[in-house]
Amino acid sequence: MDKTERIAYQVTEVPCSTRPLLYDDGLCIGCNRCASVCQCDILLPSPEKGKHPVVMYPGECYYCGACVMVCPKPGAIRLVHPLMNQAKFVPVKG
Amino acid sequence: MTHTYEWPYANEAGMEETITSDVLVLGGGLSGCFAAIAAARRGQSVVLVEKGATERSGSAGTGFDHWESACTNPCSGVTPEEIANAYVREQDWYSNGIAHYIECREGYDRLLDLESFGGKIRDTEGEFAGAEFRDEETKLMFAYDYKNKFTLRVWGSTFKPALVKEMKRLGVRIMDRTEATALLVSPCGGREEGAGTQEEGPARLRGAGAMGMDVHTGKFYIFRSKATVLCMSRPARVWLFNPDTVGLCEFRPMQSIGSGHAMGWRAGMEFTMMEKSVRAEFSAAGRSFPPYGAGNNHNTWYAATMVDARGVEIPYVDRDGRELSSVSERYYPARGQKFFLKGGVIDNPKYEYRGPETLDFETLMERGYQLPFYADLSRMPEMERKVIWGMMVGEEAKTKIPIYQNYTERGFDPKKHMLQSYGTGWQSANFLEQERQFFGAPGGVMHDWDLKTNIDGIYAAGDQLYASDCAGFACATGYYAGRKAAGCAASQAELPPYQGEDAVAEKKRLLAPLFVKEEEGISWKELNMAISKAMQNYCGGVRCEALLLEGLDLLRQFETEWAPKLTASNPHDLMRIHEVLDILTVSQIVLHASLARKSSSEPLFFKRSDYPQMDPEQDRMHIVIRQENGQVKERRIPLDFFGSLQEEYEKRNQDYMKEVGMRG
Ligand SMILES: Cc1cc2nc3c(=O)[nH]c(=O)nc-3n(C[C@H](O)[C@H](O)[C@H](O)COP(=O)(O)OP(=O)(O)OC[C@H]3O[C@@H](n4cnc5c(N)ncnc54)[C@H](O)[C@@H]3O)c2cc1C
Ligand code: SF4
Ligand code: SF4
Repeated sequence: MDKTERIAYQVTEVPCSTRPLLYDDGLCIGCNRCASVCQCDILLPSPEKGKHPVVMYPGECYYCGACVMVCPKPGAIRLVHPLMNQAKFVPVKG
Repeated sequence: MTHTYEWPYANEAGMEETITSDVLVLGGGLSGCFAAIAAARRGQSVVLVEKGATERSGSAGTGFDHWESACTNPCSGVTPEEIANAYVREQDWYSNGIAHYIECREGYDRLLDLESFGGKIRDTEGEFAGAEFRDEETKLMFAYDYKNKFTLRVWGSTFKPALVKEMKRLGVRIMDRTEATALLVSPCGGREEGAGTQEEGPARLRGAGAMGMDVHTGKFYIFRSKATVLCMSRPARVWLFNPDTVGLCEFRPMQSIGSGHAMGWRAGMEFTMMEKSVRAEFSAAGRSFPPYGAGNNHNTWYAATMVDARGVEIPYVDRDGRELSSVSERYYPARGQKFFLKGGVIDNPKYEYRGPETLDFETLMERGYQLPFYADLSRMPEMERKVIWGMMVGEEAKTKIPIYQNYTERGFDPKKHMLQSYGTGWQSANFLEQERQFFGAPGGVMHDWDLKTNIDGIYAAGDQLYASDCAGFACATGYYAGRKAAGCAASQAELPPYQGEDAVAEKKRLLAPLFVKEEEGISWKELNMAISKAMQNYCGGVRCEALLLEGLDLLRQFETEWAPKLTASNPHDLMRIHEVLDILTVSQIVLHASLARKSSSEPLFFKRSDYPQMDPEQDRMHIVIRQENGQVKERRIPLDFFGSLQEEYEKRNQDYMKEVGMRG
């Protein structure tokens, strides 16, 4: 298998129509807990130490919220549904 | 703008390691964790292989809110026999009697285990003190049938981390970010008996472990074991695919696409009911909303008050059509009824088991109710409102952050707002007939009373079993399979042999897409898209021989001409590619199973235009299929092959009964 060793891995962000995660640079401490808990493995540690992970595969997000649940800094990461999935609610009727 | 990055993990493509254990568990969801714990408790060395990260992986990674069939909890008004047999009858015997009985009989023991590991199963703080659904003595909380109290409301978000902690304490070696890709199986001479049929049984095979790869580094693994438990859930993305928001295509997590089925099929494992699929109910990539995130009155939201566009309340009725006047009555059996069934796989129950429900859609239209409908919790007693919005929505998977926190941030207040319902059912979705899904007790691995497959030394549990159900089912069958696998492992002095050439071939297969140049290749998404379109065209709502054969022909073409063109530039893409190749295999299983059943069937949601007769007596059978030397073989097994549930269980589980007896 020496052939393989010559193949360098590469990764390119795969954009999609939605943006599931929003990071707050001011709050995030770059601990990568969100990346290590994500079962879909859509987040990769940032090449810059101390920065939040890169959302490499946003389209593969399962919207489970585990990344937000594990984050030690409330507000550093937020999960947002695609616009089409924002269910409507209205005031109750008398 | 997109950026290209250096891969942040090591490059170990081409490297290889052999890892040995007594018991190998593939898949670290609820069933896998419990299988590992059962085997470790019996002194066996255990390796658990998980593609994601066990801490929050699987369907129940972020939680679940109700635990079904806890028939042995101290408040229960029903017996395991009553509920397991009710499921069997409700599902017209296309039901997993064995697994359901295990769930009914042992499920509550697993809940006590979870509590001892640090999970929360009762209202210890008295948050719901005085509520009708709470037992003041045990502090257990119940859902659905408040009289018989066999479904528990639980704090499922606390469970997965607790299981991981316990596995570590027991010395289980957890290998996260490792994808199992194939089983190690060798023939061991002779044939199995044809279990109650004249047909030839399958060739006797012996499992010797599995193979796989690290999805961060590309390293190849050979896992040798004395016994193996398959806990890789059920297939998905066979008919439903959206290349843009892939993670939202299906109800179960993106990781769960039926790898266990695919590797089993390649190894000669038997499957049943794979012809069963239902019109899709969930795909938030298009036709539905985030689960539990739209107005409805089922499952997590049972029994929410529903109103129409004018704010007029929609009545609940009992099974006899009698309108119920209070919220409380929604949680009690009808007059003359002992208990009712509700939960994950109960859709349109028979009269015998039907519980309170809102009037059906047609009647509502006739009576002038107006769309859209809403769930209006403001009209419910405080405890019922608080338990739905805040506990159930919160502990249910994918709700704590995506629904509870998100909607709260958007300003939703259940005392002031009502949440819209879409379409006409609880799914808040409108799918086409050919958009299908494995839902409501779909097909899967065939097994015996030990949850052993037809391959010696290989067991299965949870959603990977045929006609599987829910979280309690997964935990109970996981533990049971782990216990039986431990027994199997303990009886062997040596690791079974495997064929070295199988490992060489698998390693080559796994890494091949790295060598296909991007410009000359195709992506995994293109293949998944093509498969799901093919399955909608050739294996949709109505099937017939010629169509199914064309479908098989096309999938074979995908396999020979297109699969070798798949290209990957890192182990993540490699993982996605092998998932889609597994989906391709699963799709073929579905086509073969559909060809094998030469009649139509209501309980299986299966329509053949060339064999329109519904459920003829001679086909009220498990039509079990497997693959042997490239040929598809089938045999028929009676639907009631499991025999008397209590008797057969007790014959085989005296040791466990003693253990529990000593504890209790
Ligand atoms: C949103 C949602 C809500 C639910 N709510 C409830 C509820 O309230 N009550 C209830 O009873 N049930 C509920 N269920 C169902 C219940 O969660 C599942 O039936 C149960 O968790 C199944 O457990 P499992 O171990 O069989 O599979 P899973 O928990 O899905 O685990 C399968 C594991 O296998 C791993 N895997 C897959 N392929 C591979 C591979 N090739 N190699 C290695 N690992 C692999 C996956 O990553 C995953 O971790 C819900 C399900 C969902 C999706
Ligand atoms: S919501 Fe779930 S799938 Fe999406 S990034 Fe967070 S952990 Fe991963
Ligand atoms: S877990 Fe929170 S703090 Fe840590 S990297 Fe992620 S967002 Fe930042």
